[in-house]
Amino acid sequence: MVAIDVRGLVKQFGDFTAVKGVSFAVEQGEVFGLLGPNGAGKSTLIRMLTTLIVPTAGSATVSGCDIAKDPDGVRRAIGVIPQAMTSDLDLTVEENLLIYAKLHQVPRDRRNKLIPELLASVELSEWSNKLVKNLSGGMRRRVEIARGLVHEPRVFFLDEPTTGLDPVSRVAVWEMLQKIRQERSLTILVTTHYMDEADRLCDRIAIVDHGELKALDSPAMLKASIAGRNMLEVSFSSVPDGWEARLAALRGVSTVSRHDVVFRLDSDDGPGTTQALVDAVREAGISMHSLSVQSTTLDDVFVHYAGRNLRDALQAAAPRDFSFGRR
Amino acid sequence: MRTWAIIERELRRFRRSPTLIAMSLMMPVMQLVILGYAFGGNVKHLQVGVVDHDRGVPALRIRELAQAVASGANTFDTIVYADEGRAMRDLRDGRLNGVLTIPPDYSRRTLAGESPSVALIEDNSDNFVTATLAGIVGNVIGQVGRPAVSPRMSSQPTLDVVEVYPYVPYIQYLLPGSIVMSIFMMVMIGGGIIFIDDKARGLHEGYLVTPITKLELIAGFNLSGTIKAVIAGAVLMTVGSVIAGIPDPFAPMRLIRLLIVIIITAFALISLMFLLMVRVTDPLVPRATFGVLNTLLYFPSGAVYPQQGFPAWMQVIAKVDPFTYSVHAFKCLLLKNTGFGAIAGDLAYLVIFATVAMTLATWLFRRTL
Repeated sequence: MVAIDVRGLVKQFGDFTAVKGVSFAVEQGEVFGLLGPNGAGKSTLIRMLTTLIVPTAGSATVSGCDIAKDPDGVRRAIGVIPQAMTSDLDLTVEENLLIYAKLHQVPRDRRNKLIPELLASVELSEWSNKLVKNLSGGMRRRVEIARGLVHEPRVFFLDEPTTGLDPVSRVAVWEMLQKIRQERSLTILVTTHYMDEADRLCDRIAIVDHGELKALDSPAMLKASIAGRNMLEVSFSSVPDGWEARLAALRGVSTVSRHDVVFRLDSDDGPGTTQALVDAVREAGISMHSLSVQSTTLDDVFVHYAGRNLRDALQAAAPRDFSFGRR
Repeated sequence: MRTWAIIERELRRFRRSPTLIAMSLMMPVMQLVILGYAFGGNVKHLQVGVVDHDRGVPALRIRELAQAVASGANTFDTIVYADEGRAMRDLRDGRLNGVLTIPPDYSRRTLAGESPSVALIEDNSDNFVTATLAGIVGNVIGQVGRPAVSPRMSSQPTLDVVEVYPYVPYIQYLLPGSIVMSIFMMVMIGGGIIFIDDKARGLHEGYLVTPITKLELIAGFNLSGTIKAVIAGAVLMTVGSVIAGIPDPFAPMRLIRLLIVIIITAFALISLMFLLMVRVTDPLVPRATFGVLNTLLYFPSGAVYPQQGFPAWMQVIAKVDPFTYSVHAFKCLLLKNTGFGAIAGDLAYLVIFATVAMTLATWLFRRTL
């Protein structure tokens, strides 16, 4: 059953088109990722789906409710974690959840049972009476995750949930989301510009750039969809004459570059190149000091479909989503 | 119920923000005390140089009367100068506020039945001091010509002033404006600034993705703002009445009437604030607007100076200024202890003002980003 059905959604801000006719469907219970740099249109897309902004064209349903014709139906079905930390700093953890339960008109008995359950899920039970302003960024994110689930939504939207968190907190949030997903029958749509996050969390990923959907599949299939690519980084005990040309001639190697003592080999056949490299080293009578072989990453996938590196795109992109500036 | 969730949230935050409560009360209380005592007292010990070129008996009478003022009311102190040039130098150097010069032929002209004159040369860089000095010295000179013994049948009419209310010191005159100011401060800080800060931080996004309706949202924001402003107004009314020495400040019926004026004023001002801020997203805007609104609404309201003294253009501002009607209503209740009859017009204006402002703000409010 389809939980989110997006058909040709377009959003224009004046002359600028932030989302250009995007279409996709998310199955019930699926974790669906929108991967792309800042300014790609991810947040605009999520804001249209959560009824925060009105689409210029196209249509979408969330949990069977049309975002334009039945926005209240959508709002009843969704939980949303916005990009910014929006928990109330001057309220306690429990009060934050309580206020949102009341805003969603969760009956008193139900919320009295649900709030402690959710706080236990996000491992904040012992912090329930602490003011949110005294919590770390990662803990505040967990408060927001619990807050977004306080009315038991069917579809959960998370807009860059780990942006601004330190690596330890990011991993904690990932684990929390995986745990919640296992505990509850939730469809999750998450936007991110972290490739490792998308790779680890999502069943399927849509690569978005310049407001367009560039590719859509599972992380494994996306990686498999581009020609097998590996990168070998190797250093040697000594470097014989003509060694760089010898490396370039190894099986599967497309390019060789040297960075100080480290040689970097791009290869279409990682295992074959590695075997050939070991043979070449033995024949030359030298030894390897270090060797690493990296498989295809989602960054490679992004480069393949978007025509540029995601890290470069992140640096080049505006620091804030365009729709923020238009508010 | 959703409206109450927003109100509950705002009041829980308010309870944990003693700084906000203190700041919104501190300025009006300070203003009441400082302005009340600074402007409320009589001017004393102005320095007046006396140069007597005449030295006759009638001139001596002027000097005696001036000395009597110096010893009694202490409005001014007299310093006798033999050299008029030196007195003028002291006047220009700021050591004197005025120089009273009695001309050489003063006694001759007095005794000849002519109209002699004396000169008061003033430092007119301070209008208030100038007017006070001219008034007092004018009275002194006026007494010089009077006979020592009053005639049995006076042909001059006399004026007997009857004051309807007990003496109103200036600090009491200021109190109504201070109460309105405290309500306004809370509306500005607790309503305007926090509203825009929450919006800029994305807190409103949290509301907008719930099924709350537009009217529930608006009611939540404005009722919570009104409650906070009413608390500020009530506290300042109580504290201010004690500080200013309002007679019988806690008479129950008067308290009820005051509370009603506070509630209506708070709602009118929160409506104004909501209308001004409904489309604003930049947190700097309410802060920048704060000072402008403070001046624009407070001073033309008659809180510190009677509106009858305003130029025509300022009277137009005063006419539409909601502060004017609140200040007038509080003056009636606090200084005259009137009933609702005297303030019905004020309350009607404030209710109409609030209704119009809130209707416009509701129309401008967007349920989306």
